[in-house]
Amino acid sequence: MGNAGGWSSEALVPVVVNEYSGLTGKGAFRVEAACATGSAAVKAAADAVAAGVADIALAVGVEKMNESPTPIVVEFIGRAGNYFWEFENFGLTFPGYYALYATYYMQKYGVKEEDLCEVAVKNHYYGSLNPKAQFQRRITVEECMKSRYIAWPLKLYDCSPITDGAAAVILASEELATKITDSPVWIEAIGVSTGTANLSKREDYDGLKAARIAAQEAYKRAKLDPENIVKQIDVADVHDCFTIAEIMAYEDLGFAKRGEGVKLIREKQTYVGGLIPVNVDGGLKAKGHPIGATGVSMAVEMTKQLLGKAESGRQVTVKNGRGLAHNVGGTGHYCYVTIYSLSKPKG
Amino acid sequence: MSQKAEFEAFLKKMEDMVAFAKAQFGFPILIDPRTGIVMWYDQRELKVKFIISVDKVRKFFEALREGKLLATKCKSTGRILFPPQVDCPDDPKSEVEWIELPTEGELITWTIINVKPYSFSHYPDYIVGIARLPAVNINVLAWVKCKDPSKLKQGMKVKITIEKREPEGYLTYQIVPVEEC
Repeated sequence: MGNAGGWSSEALVPVVVNEYSGLTGKGAFRVEAACATGSAAVKAAADAVAAGVADIALAVGVEKMNESPTPIVVEFIGRAGNYFWEFENFGLTFPGYYALYATYYMQKYGVKEEDLCEVAVKNHYYGSLNPKAQFQRRITVEECMKSRYIAWPLKLYDCSPITDGAAAVILASEELATKITDSPVWIEAIGVSTGTANLSKREDYDGLKAARIAAQEAYKRAKLDPENIVKQIDVADVHDCFTIAEIMAYEDLGFAKRGEGVKLIREKQTYVGGLIPVNVDGGLKAKGHPIGATGVSMAVEMTKQLLGKAESGRQVTVKNGRGLAHNVGGTGHYCYVTIYSLSKPKG
Repeated sequence: MSQKAEFEAFLKKMEDMVAFAKAQFGFPILIDPRTGIVMWYDQRELKVKFIISVDKVRKFFEALREGKLLATKCKSTGRILFPPQVDCPDDPKSEVEWIELPTEGELITWTIINVKPYSFSHYPDYIVGIARLPAVNINVLAWVKCKDPSKLKQGMKVKITIEKREPEGYLTYQIVPVEEC
């Protein structure tokens, strides 16, 4: 069970969900990795199956953020850093942490607020094609530019929303999976990492080191060539909690060189039909970001895409049979990179 | 109106609606005008306040009172740790010594917190930045004192100073640009 909680009333979410769904008696626990909580839940379930201690496991992600008013949610997420040295004295907010990266990146590479808005425009476009997305309306760069500042230079349309949501995936051993379905999707590899709690201890502010480490680990385990990753996958869901985060993800995952991620969005290379389609479910930005559910919803989306079951207009062409989910917790405090595949992993 | 006053006015309106709902229908139930969803307005409230041990870094606060910003330094590896910690991550057997940080730095990045957390909602918009102290290769995250944020630039010279944070009335450190800002 992936659930960050705090802003919602229920404390023992796994047992409540088990009781509601007729699973009382089955083992359950809650995992937490901030905004990467869902991917941590998928990993816990996948590890149990891979280790042979379970034949089948259910990874659920759930979050009810709307049980608290906005200023309280801002308070809770703002505390997701190094509490005493960042929040207590300096009142950082979650948009604020990413805005520190945005300012640095924009100054270093000459990127404009309009460039960031292009990410929001793309993700709202795909949100409009995904019936499960929180935002169904397309937006323009002009609308995005006119929205109010939340944490300068990030504006309202640069930010993912406060969301209620849930997602679930079933993980099973090869033997059991082939009895349940004739079209299983495999987890080929998972790469995990953490970054420093305190942002002042980071080496640079134009990318997330934790994401780079997690990606390298995942590529190595899946035996993928890290220099040519876009040629080996068909689709990616990346952690676009803020527009700047999607651009940094392009670079951290090796879709673009450092400082060149912005070119991908300017040239529309991350739309369906481009070099590598990214967040064609709307991403966190438009699909919504129910913290503990997000990583699990990425697993659902990769499964849908690989099986050709995504809605018309947002289904990618599947050539390599492989999708990538990049789920960041906090501001690069945790990172999970998961490779989903139609083929059984080698060796 | 501060964000705190706005939020409190919002909560008061909600409480009034709930009082009306209870008198009229017998339950603290509201209907969200945006979504039409029926919601129970929680009748219990949880107040959270933490009491945090800073015993191992008490020297930091003693020095702050004298106008100095301290870090720790691992005796065996020479690594400087800020915020200070009394155990060396690279050599658990090593002891640390307390050192005073230089005050000269350069601004690396910054943001303006426009939408504030509830517990900071009584402040006007504030600037948070990260400054690098090149002499010791340490970064400091703090509020940036500047009236005109458009004057802030990557790499500009700054000083770390000690300020009394009001209205809470406690000492903390801040980043102050050397040129008028």
